[in-house]
Amino acid sequence: MTGKPLISAPAEAALKVLVIDKDPIRRAILDAGLREAGLANVVLLGETTGLLQHVYRIDPDVILIDLENPSRDVLEQMFQVSRVVRRPIAMFVDQSDRETTQSAIEAGVSAYIVDGLKKERIKGILELSILRFNAVARLQDELDRAKTALEERKTIDRAKGILMQVKGLTEDQAYALLRKTAMNEKRKIAEVAQAVITASELLK
Amino acid sequence: MTGRATGATRLTIGFIPLADAAALIVAADRGFAAEEGLDLDLVREVSWSNVRDKLNIGLLDAAHLLAPLAVASSLGLGHIKVPLTVPFNLALNGNAITVSPALWSALADAADGDIADAAVSARALARVVAQRKARGALPLTLGMTFPFSHHNYQLRFWMAAGGVVPDDDVQLVVLPPPYMAESLASGHVDGFCVGAPWSSAAVDLGTGRILHFGAEIVARAAEKVLAVRQCWADEQPQLVARLVRALERAAAFVAEPANRDEVARLVAAPARLGVTAEIIRRTVDGRLRVAGDGSVRASDRYLVIGRLGANRPDPVQAAWAYAQMVRWGQAPLTPALQAAATGVFRPDLYDSAARSHAGILVGEPADGIGEFAGAAFDPRDIAGYLAGWPIRRS
Repeated sequence: MTGKPLISAPAEAALKVLVIDKDPIRRAILDAGLREAGLANVVLLGETTGLLQHVYRIDPDVILIDLENPSRDVLEQMFQVSRVVRRPIAMFVDQSDRETTQSAIEAGVSAYIVDGLKKERIKGILELSILRFNAVARLQDELDRAKTALEERKTIDRAKGILMQVKGLTEDQAYALLRKTAMNEKRKIAEVAQAVITASELLK
Repeated sequence: MTGRATGATRLTIGFIPLADAAALIVAADRGFAAEEGLDLDLVREVSWSNVRDKLNIGLLDAAHLLAPLAVASSLGLGHIKVPLTVPFNLALNGNAITVSPALWSALADAADGDIADAAVSARALARVVAQRKARGALPLTLGMTFPFSHHNYQLRFWMAAGGVVPDDDVQLVVLPPPYMAESLASGHVDGFCVGAPWSSAAVDLGTGRILHFGAEIVARAAEKVLAVRQCWADEQPQLVARLVRALERAAAFVAEPANRDEVARLVAAPARLGVTAEIIRRTVDGRLRVAGDGSVRASDRYLVIGRLGANRPDPVQAAWAYAQMVRWGQAPLTPALQAAATGVFRPDLYDSAARSHAGILVGEPADGIGEFAGAAFDPRDIAGYLAGWPIRRS
């Protein structure tokens, strides 16, 4: 997948897209992306209680749903020929382009389309969703790493304080001791620091 | 967690948090996989659609799967056609039909006998449906977990035997199992058929009352299977055999009553089902609290793992699931589709790998299925079998 997918043709811009995602941030990011690409008809849904009723009421051409959503199975019911289904829905699976389907599953998004809708017409929408989902995952990952780094920093500071108090070291010496021990034991400094804190609590 | 062997072959296996994944969980977490040189990475999934799609594209090597879904995927029903192979049956039975206290009372009032008898309760349901129609009330809504599931087929079989037309008289909706108990409380559904431990969860919450064990509708139903892609199985038969042996030993461990505390603890663990061990213990014991007043129903057929020849995939089971798909309009009846359906279940792969074999099974249904109503199932004459059921969509 290269470049920014463009959805320029007026026929595509008129498609009604329903986004089902419990994550409000990702929902907003996907919404912004779809609108930037020229799709004016985007409906967002975070709540999945009574999902089928919502889908019938909204009557979308395309449905995007995150894979962490247990209600994905509810949509499978719409493939069945049944009186309650107004417009049969099919999963977007392009046999000729396995790569897109695979990228979508890996990114954590899945697409459903009204049966009969030409698959090429929604490919741009799906590719855009994949890019946005991956971008959110990267952001989440960075946020998690930043949080972990902050936690580790706090742990190391506490351990340094303990070593300074108990062994009468300066801050630099306390840090050097933690680092040296970590290297000798092939562990992370934060792990050694945690061990110091645990030991000191046990000895209280 | 034990069972991490160095140099072991790593397999990624998807599962849905249900008690019938017990053999898989025990194989991974109690060393049976490691003994076969396998390192099982169990991935918890939130929907059957996810499990199916990730297995199809190879993100998973194998999966804990609804038996009818393995057949549907192989036939290309509801989705692209990806032929799957079933070398091991993870569990027989294990479902229960649970209804709201209000529906239970209505059924009890309408019953012409003991509603613990499925024939009586099905007729009572038909009367309740007729009464609601007469007074212009909305049709009852009943939940199940997937279009291609025994939850769907058992509910339909039961109500149709009592004269209820599932697609006209009630509304059947798919609901994720963890939402079932809550949906009863909110009135979103009036009842449901689901795997363990979710019926017990509704009973514990006071929102539901267990009406029937699945085994009271169909005595012997292949519920969950271990499924792999057919091409994957063809390419590495030795790996399939090792997996079968690991699961065989794990299933035997689950079946041994002395191990039940440990099994319940392993299955209930946070990374597996994430529930209390006690609720799993009830499930493996087959002793379920069925109502808020503490009444209990017990059956050794409630959930069958590693017993009664459960491990061996039985093509009759695949044929029965296919017959239900035909009955309810999900698939046409053709000899080619039937052959493809039955070919998914591979007792030959099981037999060549397994160490022990269940001899002749005494006391099991003669047709291998044991429906509570109607004639025996005959896989050689599905058209004749379906002709015996006036309520159908095909």
